[in-house]
Order: sequence, then C-alpha cells, then structure tokens
Amino acid sequence: MNKAWIAALIALAPLSAETIVIQNATVMTVTKGTLKGSVVIKDGKIAEVGEKVMVPQGATVIDGTNQYLIPGIIDCHSHIAADGGINEGSVSVSSMVDIKDVLNPEDIAIYRALAGGVTTANILHGSANAIGGCTLPIKMRWGKDAQSLIFEGAMPGIKFALGENPKRAGNPQGGRGAATTVQARYPATRMGIEDTIREAFNEAKAYKEEWDAYNARVARGEHLIPPRKDLKLEPLKEVLEGKRYVHAHSYRADEILMLIRVADDYGFKIRTFQHVLEGYKVAKEIAAHGAGASTFSDWWSYKVEAFDAIPYNAALMAKKGIVVSLNSDDAELMRHLNSEAGKAMKYGGVSENDALAMVTLNPAKQLGIDNRVGSIEVGKDADLVIFDKFPLSDYAKVQKVLIDGTVYFDRDNEVSGRPAKQAEKQKLIDKEKQNQQRQQPARRPGAPGGQQ
Amino acid sequence: MKRFGLLMACAAAAFAASGETVLIRNADVYPVTGAPMKGVSVLIQDGKIADIGPKIVPAKGIRIVEAKGLRVYPGMLDSGTELGLSEISGVRETVDTGELGEFMPQLRALVAVNPESEHFPVVRVNGITSAMIFPSSGGGGGGGGGGRFGGGERQIISGQAALIHTDGWTWEDMEINRSAALHLIFPSIAGRGGRGGGAPVPENVAEMLGLGAATGYTQARRTYEQQIAKLGDFFDDARKYQKARGAHVPGFQRDLKFEAMIPVLERKVPVAITASRASTIHDAIAFAEKQNIQIVILQPRELGKAAAELKAKNIPVVLGRVLALPENEDDPYDGAFTLPAEAYKAGVKFAFGTFTNEFVRDLPYQAATAVAFGLPYDEALKAVTINAAQIWGAADRLGSVEKGKVADLVVTDGDLLEIQTQVKRLYIAGKEVALTNKQTRLYEKYSERQ
Repeated sequence: MNKAWIAALIALAPLSAETIVIQNATVMTVTKGTLKGSVVIKDGKIAEVGEKVMVPQGATVIDGTNQYLIPGIIDCHSHIAADGGINEGSVSVSSMVDIKDVLNPEDIAIYRALAGGVTTANILHGSANAIGGCTLPIKMRWGKDAQSLIFEGAMPGIKFALGENPKRAGNPQGGRGAATTVQARYPATRMGIEDTIREAFNEAKAYKEEWDAYNARVARGEHLIPPRKDLKLEPLKEVLEGKRYVHAHSYRADEILMLIRVADDYGFKIRTFQHVLEGYKVAKEIAAHGAGASTFSDWWSYKVEAFDAIPYNAALMAKKGIVVSLNSDDAELMRHLNSEAGKAMKYGGVSENDALAMVTLNPAKQLGIDNRVGSIEVGKDADLVIFDKFPLSDYAKVQKVLIDGTVYFDRDNEVSGRPAKQAEKQKLIDKEKQNQQRQQPARRPGAPGGQQ
Repeated sequence: MKRFGLLMACAAAAFAASGETVLIRNADVYPVTGAPMKGVSVLIQDGKIADIGPKIVPAKGIRIVEAKGLRVYPGMLDSGTELGLSEISGVRETVDTGELGEFMPQLRALVAVNPESEHFPVVRVNGITSAMIFPSSGGGGGGGGGGRFGGGERQIISGQAALIHTDGWTWEDMEINRSAALHLIFPSIAGRGGRGGGAPVPENVAEMLGLGAATGYTQARRTYEQQIAKLGDFFDDARKYQKARGAHVPGFQRDLKFEAMIPVLERKVPVAITASRASTIHDAIAFAEKQNIQIVILQPRELGKAAAELKAKNIPVVLGRVLALPENEDDPYDGAFTLPAEAYKAGVKFAFGTFTNEFVRDLPYQAATAVAFGLPYDEALKAVTINAAQIWGAADRLGSVEKGKVADLVVTDGDLLEIQTQVKRLYIAGKEVALTNKQTRLYEKYSERQ
C-alpha cells in the first residue's frame, strides 16, 4: 500500500515535464553535428533526435520551422542567485563558507538569464580571498525553491583567486574597492598569495593524514575518538581527494603558472582557471596540467592585469587542446553568451560548432556534468533553447527555454503577459496610494516642515 | 594566410600617406544614405571620396584595391566614449575624466587625448573611425568611467565634448570638432544622471525604518531643487556676462568659464545632457526651453512619456549600451534591448554610444541587438553612421559614402553589424590604417609559441 503510494508519487512527478516534440528546427547538437530535424522529449530527457521522428500520442508539438535549437547555455562563472555579499573578505582562506547556504531563488537575474538561454550556471564565491568559498552549479528553475535550484549530483567546487583582487585587502590604501578603514589583511602581493595557498594545503594535508590514519585504524576494527572536524580544512581535504573542483580566478600568466606548480606539489588538480585572460601565454602549461579555461570573449583594460587580455584568448587556448568555455561573471553579459560564442569565431577563427561548444558542452565538461547536459543527445536532460535566428549572433533572440523538459521561458507568453502584469502593478500602486491618503490626509511630498 | 593578410595590411599602411589616390574597385557600396550599389568603384583622393560609380577610369599610377565580393560602408561613429582619456579604467593615473568642480564648461576633452592610447587601434579594427569623447561619462554605476576619481560625482557641467577621428599623430590631427557639445549631467532625484545612482528611500518607507529625513524623498527633492536653481543661476550669470561683454562695459574682465558658455547661449554648440529617467528628460527639456539652448539627450534608460516631447521638440538622443540590464527589478527583461525600437517608433532621432572604452568595439553588435528586438535594420545602421554625424553637426563630412565626404571607409566581407564579419581594410580621412593593434601583436607572438 505504502509502496504503491510512493510509486504513484514518482509517476506524478514528471507530469510537469510532458512529452514534447520540437519539430523541423535546425538542431545544433554540438556533439553530433547540425541537422534539420526534430527532438522528442520524454520525462524531462531527450528521447529521440532525428530528421524524421514519430510524434508520440498526446505529445505537445512545438513548431521549430525556421528556428534553431541548441543545448541550454551553461555559464561557468556567475554570481547571480546568491543573496547578499558574495565575498567573505575578513580572512584570506574562507573555505568554510558555502554558496549553497545563500542561494536566493527569487533573484530576478535567474529569470533574465533564462531569457538569454542560460539553463545552468556555476555560482561562485567572490574573489577577495586566495582561497574563497565553496561553489556549486545550479539550474535556472525559476519559481522553484533554493534547494531545487541545485544541480543534483554535480561535483561541488571551491573558488580560488589570484592577483589584484585578493591582494587588495592587503593594501588598504590602493585600488578600487579597497577598504580604507580596516587593517591590512595578508596577503598584499602575488608572493603572499602563493604562500597563503601553500600554508592552507600544508594544513589540509596534515589534516587529511590525521583522518586517513584514523579511518585506517577504524577499518582494522579499533574503537577511537575521531579527530576534530575542521570546517575550513574539510573542503581542502576534498580537493586533495579529488572530490571538489578548484575554480581559480586568475589573470596573469605568472600567477596561473604559480598555481599549477603549487597544485603539482600538493598533488591536486585545478579544474578550471577562471577569467584566465593571459591563459594564451601559458596555454601549454595549462593543457599539460589538464585544467580547463573559462574566459571572457573580449573584456579588457578595466584593470592592469586585464591589459594584456586579447579576444583571441579562447581560440589560442583551444588550439593548444584546452577545454575552453566563455563565461559572463555578470548578470548582463550572461544574457547573451550565444553571441559571445560568435566572437570566438570572429577572433581566431574557431569553427561554428567549437564556438557553440564553448557555451554548452565545454562548460558542462568543466563542471563534470557533461553526462547530463551540454549537448543534444538521447538520454541527456532536455535543457534546450530555441532561437529565432542563427544563434551565434546578436540578431538572434531566445524564443523558448526548456529545463528538464519543462518550458521555463516563452517569449510569446512573456510579451503577451505584460499588459496584465502592468495592470496588476498599477493596482497595487493605487491601493498603496489610497492607504497613504487615508492614513495621512494632510501630508504632501516635499512639503516643508514634514519631518525635521 | 591570416598572418600574411596582416603583414600585407601593415605594408599597405606604411606607404599609404594621407592624400594618396586610391581606387577601391568592384565593391558593393552601402552608402547608408541611399540604396546599396553592387559592383561599383570608390575613388579616394585628398582624403575625400572623389567619386563613386560603375565606370571610374583610374588615372595612371594610382593604387588600385580589388574589392570584388567585399562591401564598403562608411566608418562608424560612437556617440559616447572616453577614448584617449581613459586607458585602464581601474587605475587613477591613467584616467582623465571627471575633473573637480561643479560647473566646468571651460574644460576641453580634446586636449587630454592620448593619441597613443591602445584603445584607438583596438576599436579601429572593428570599423569605428570617429567618436565623441566626453570629459565625464556621466558618473554613476554600470562600470561607467567619469567621476570615479576626481570630483566627477559632484559634476553638473563637466566640460566640452569633442568629435575626433580614431587615428592621428596628435590630438590636433584627430580633431573633427573640438567643441561638438557641452556636457551637462542633469541633476535628478534618483541620484545623478547615470544609472545606479540609487533611488532614495521613499518617504513612507524611511519613516517606517526610522530613518531621518536626510535619507528621505523630501531631502532628495530639496537637494535636486537646489541643484536646478544653481544650474539656472549659472546660465543666468553666463547670459549677464555675455551682455556685459557685448556692451564693452568698462573694467570688463574676461572669465574663462563664461567665455565657454557663449557658443552655447548663441546656440552654436549643443548641450549634451545626461538624463536617465523620463521625468529627468522632461525637466531637462523644460530647462532647455527656458534657456533657449540646443540639446541632445544622453543615455536615457527609459523614454516613456518623454518620447513624444523629444519628437515634438526635435531633440535627438544618444542611447547608451543596448546590452544592459533593465533599470528596475520589475521592468521587462528586454527593456534596454527594445529602447531603440521604442525611440524609432516614437519618431525620435537617435544614435548609439557605448560610454565605456572597452565596449566601443562592440558598437555594431549593440546595434544588431536593437535589430533583434524590433529596430529596422537600416535604422540601426544609420544610428552608428549618418544619424550620429547629423546629431554632432558633421553630416556634411561624415556618416555616409557620398561624393565629397571625408573618406572614412570600412571594407568588410559581410554585414557591418554582424559579429562574424571581418574588417578587411580601413580608411580614415583617406589614409589606409593598419588592422593591427596590441592584441593582434600578442596574438601573433603567442601563436608562435610551441
């Protein structure tokens, strides 16, 4: 009885994710070329991709004639949906804090990203610390609660930061955003940043050895008091164990190389270098380490360490065999990563497919979720975007976005729903005005002698 | 192959002196002011477009550029930049926008232009051949430039904006019009003209939160009114000065601030007014009427009711970045994307400005976004060429491919506004300019690394 009830619940769960067929679109699969055809979606997954497909009975048909279908866009670097500040700037190593604890499902940036075709994003801690907070990817399930945003089963990460940003707190007199009233916080130089990371992993290694020894003895049947859990070192221990990805904010070639060598010494891997604007200078070393690179298409000159940034960075790194993605780090840029990918074609001649991969499959690989998302393949999550025109261009606009086979954004509905929303807003404003008038009949805004 | 092309461009630039006669042959010419012409030639002579037509017989010895399958467009004009004035926006020493002082009409952006700025070659290769440069980008948010370091946050009149070419040995070389506009950051209740000024806390909310009047609407309104009054006084004083100057009053003393105001009062130079909200635009228009000055509105974030007014009074607008977030949380997600279409439908004349140096090269893509969201393509093209030239009083020289105009030309392999289009050749005032910059050099250098 009980079991049957649970089974019924499970059967009900995918109801929202109905069977959908997107027909006659130009389907850019990323992994299996581009075809004129259709995609069948069942239970939130891609069930079939082909030039001709059978439309299952009762399926909702979306006409994709003259439209383009691509995998949901993945942003490997974002700070949206994180409530309040994303920098715990008081310490140089802040691995004890976690983005998961501050997810805000009501951040309008989620909906806006969705409207730009983004279905998944890596939500990162800020760059104030050499070792920052824990991170995780989310899906843009607008309307769901915080817990439901989390990309289930995805490997969590941790943010590292090199260069000017983590230096800033060490130099209260200098630079944009520097705190002028607080005491200097170590480190203040790139040398100090290396040391901070080494010190942390020195500790983490000892901590791990302590736990390994304990676990070995317990396995031998001994009864022991476990070592004290250290919330700062725990995520670093996971890094050493390969259970947590390192996403390292970086700009200059020297600091990128430095972190690779530190990681080599301590036996862990850098999963991605983020921003990595001078990655093209040390592409060989990044490739040899096996790290991915997530960069801007063409941002430059906003600070000294961004002055050697070149828009050919993505192309050059890709040529050296690095898995490259294009990220936003910005709630606005996030909304047109499709055309950012177009820039990889312009600057450095990346092929159409490889450019599209830089905002779909490659970030999926970097986040270890490419078994689930990043391309249009049977069995993968039905995270899909319909564009009205060739998507790697600013002439294209998003028409529909599906996540797990559910339509989360529909431009037609969005536009046609605006008058109703406007009317509702006006009603609320009018009501508030009436309330105010009733409460304070004599009060006029701007009237002298109001409240001194 | 690509590298070879770059070398060729370098070589070409080396011997293409200004005044050289060049025939661009068999190109598809997009004049912007007229219908495209397929397979025609463009003759460049003495820095000008000397002729356009299907059958131009080249004089002996002139250089011939075969352009079959390529397109010729007028160079683009970005109507709002800090080019030459700001190099690394985060480093004070490299930024010369946003001077101290509230009323500074005598300041000239042109004289602070560093012709060697790395930004010029970077924006050139994407086809931007001229730009308006502002002494302050209008303060406030959005990664905007001016006002971060100097007294810019308190500026009202920031100085004179100049129209320049993006190439030249000196700022005098680059000059098209050293005083194309006077820049005024119109006071507003929601902070300053730029975005992100931070709306004041509504009075009732302030009361609820137990905040004093200092943070409330009343105070913001009072500050605003004081600023408007000050601005009015400054103009009135300038007018008195103008009168005294004309009357040759004995003991008359020259005042550089008021001298700078005279061309404005004589309606020879427009005032470019940064005004974000519809209500601010409305106030700015009322101010302009009262002062009898010519104005251009900069960086509106909404038009709303002001659109009809702008149209009725024939006031042009420079729209800021199209690729921008909506102003308010509950605005439509595409509010900034659709603003150009809205301006067009209202009959408001407009151009585009990017308002930070690092986005200047994306000017054509901003225009393309506007097309995706309802702006007719031809209008987008005009907004980065002829309309911009008209707004800044340079349409007799710039903004289209027409006989007699300055030869600012972009030769491309496709649609000018499309990201994937490559610029193949570039002419500024008739001189071929190399399609190289710091970034292409680094690209070349590190392409060699094994």
